[in-house]
Amino acid sequence: MSAPLGTLPRWVNFGLLPLLNVLVAFAISGLVVLFIGESPVEAVQYMLSGALGSGEGIAFTLYYATNFIFTGLAVAVAFHGGLFNIGGEGQVYLGGLGVAMAALALDRYMPWYVTAVVATAAAFAFGALWALIPAWLQAKRGSHIVITTIMFNFIAAALMVYLLVNVIKQPGNMSPQTRLFEPGGQLPKLGWLMQWFGLDIGAAPFNVAFLIALVAAFVVWVLIWRTRFGYEIRTMGTNPTAAVYAGIPYVKTVVLTMIISGGLAGMMALNPVMGDMGKLQVEFPAGAGFVGIAVALMGRSHPVGIIIAAILFGVLYQGGAELSFWVPNITREMIILIQGLVILFAGALEHMFRPPLIALFAAKPKSRPASAGGAA
Amino acid sequence: MESLFADLIQILAATVRLSVPLVFTALAGLYAERSGIVDIGLEGKMLFSAFSAASVATVTGSPWLGLFAAILTGVLLSLLHGFASITQRGNQIISGVAINFIASGLTIQLGNAWFGQGGRTPQLPNSARFTEITLPFASEIASVPFLGPLYARLISGQNILVYLAFLAVPLTWWVLYRTRFGLRLRAVGENPGAVDTAGISVSWLRYRALICCGILAGFAGTYLSVAQSAGFIREMSAGKGYIALAALVFAKWKPLNVLLTCLLFGFLDAASIRLQGIILPGIGEVPVQLIQALPYILTVILLAGFIGKAIPPRASGVPYVKER
Repeated sequence: MSAPLGTLPRWVNFGLLPLLNVLVAFAISGLVVLFIGESPVEAVQYMLSGALGSGEGIAFTLYYATNFIFTGLAVAVAFHGGLFNIGGEGQVYLGGLGVAMAALALDRYMPWYVTAVVATAAAFAFGALWALIPAWLQAKRGSHIVITTIMFNFIAAALMVYLLVNVIKQPGNMSPQTRLFEPGGQLPKLGWLMQWFGLDIGAAPFNVAFLIALVAAFVVWVLIWRTRFGYEIRTMGTNPTAAVYAGIPYVKTVVLTMIISGGLAGMMALNPVMGDMGKLQVEFPAGAGFVGIAVALMGRSHPVGIIIAAILFGVLYQGGAELSFWVPNITREMIILIQGLVILFAGALEHMFRPPLIALFAAKPKSRPASAGGAA
Repeated sequence: MESLFADLIQILAATVRLSVPLVFTALAGLYAERSGIVDIGLEGKMLFSAFSAASVATVTGSPWLGLFAAILTGVLLSLLHGFASITQRGNQIISGVAINFIASGLTIQLGNAWFGQGGRTPQLPNSARFTEITLPFASEIASVPFLGPLYARLISGQNILVYLAFLAVPLTWWVLYRTRFGLRLRAVGENPGAVDTAGISVSWLRYRALICCGILAGFAGTYLSVAQSAGFIREMSAGKGYIALAALVFAKWKPLNVLLTCLLFGFLDAASIRLQGIILPGIGEVPVQLIQALPYILTVILLAGFIGKAIPPRASGVPYVKER
């Protein structure tokens, strides 16, 4: 927003404002629930108990959150560089190809932790490759990265269907999928971690990919805020003209930023492909690439915020499934609506509540804000 | 020879049918982008309009009221996009993504709550649809070689929205290039500052452009659910909004090019259905997926500047800040 009218305290800017945006999104979702004749309070109760009420529920929530941490980080890294990577879905697809190739090649000869390392590298490389072309086209030929990454989502989907149907399909099986990976190609469940807290994992596919996601979040934090290259990315994102003037190479920074972004998205494939299904199928990304946009916006592109937002979306996904089971009038697609509203309020309308908050908090800079409760 | 000709007419008829939603949607995007507002929410506008059209046609039994509801939906979503990207100066891409999500979720949710069919609307009877119109003398001259079948099976026998789509192209051209509103609209997409200096409201112009966009998106949605099929099916826009966006880029933001590009993309779509499993001499079996992906691949190649250069309106995607 142009012409800042005043500066907000950090906790308002990074805490209260995003919270307010998300609360409005949820309030509107609640109105929709009310509109179709159901009780929002009851809906929230079903959601929370389904997502957090049992060990299995929590494990499912964290399984979904793992996907969203990866894609959220992917979108966030690009955001920092001033790039909008809307191609997460396609990059996840290609990442899945890398994971499947590593698992199919190694699962009979290697223990899972060796396969996992190779699969992670392959997922990163394939996702990065899929982001490289749009990045290069943006940097060198000036084609808009939003359009090209959208196009690459569709190209990736077509490519994967082609490969699964014609090239890597398991012989004798009608559905387009690879053979089941042996244990050497599957990520172990995190039942032991759940047991630390006295919880039972049940049938949930919560697996080692969650820990890899946490490591990735830490690495992204180090990269963006503790390295010279991270500084260059952020400078590029804030003001590309100034960045070039300061001697930051434009093409190299754009391409590397997108490689990291695409690679992170590609790594998401570890979770469903190696951690859950144990095979490569069509449509396994299931929209997680797009959820990453909401997660990154809500988490303000900070790894800690992203982990929190990813878990919240995990609650929505797992709780939403439970909710639609108990209340048939509410469908699973309610989650998509909530995502849309979060993207709208936390992203497109992020400045809407700023002026009133500035009026509230910047007017009396030194005094303790006693009216905090009233604002939320 | 005779059957080959019949085949050709069939493919051309399919091409026209598949192009129509693209033509409406790409023209919708044309108004928005020429005024400087990037609209990747076209997919959502088309989807939500399709749902509104089918719902209202189901309840009232009138396709025209369905069309009206669809236009209203398209315009309201456009105004939401306008509020975010013009008034609040938010990120236009993010706003468009949000609209796509909201449409995708809300149509299924409301459809399920209202009609209890998992997000679908009930099957529409023909009286509540836009059905084929037989043009005069179609059956009389059908037996005339070449021209007869062409007239009877390609030009005649389409529904009214098809004819409106083909009329919308010259109309859009006329509005954009021959009216004062069009001149200003194009100017605001290139240089909003100049338009502002001339004392014309940038915001109001852009809002009007978005209203035009919403109306056309409403036509596109109505075509999907009330003309082409008989009811709304979840996610029935199936990426057509993005193809339309690609077509718009491919057409270099020009109305007549939009028509040709949409026909080309429609033809590829029709061909990919026909070519399933057919082995071409010398090439072998063409992967259907390749033909399906061709519009996207072509758009990327064009964007890269390898076949001409697509230069978007200069101010597109940039919120306008009035000098203070």
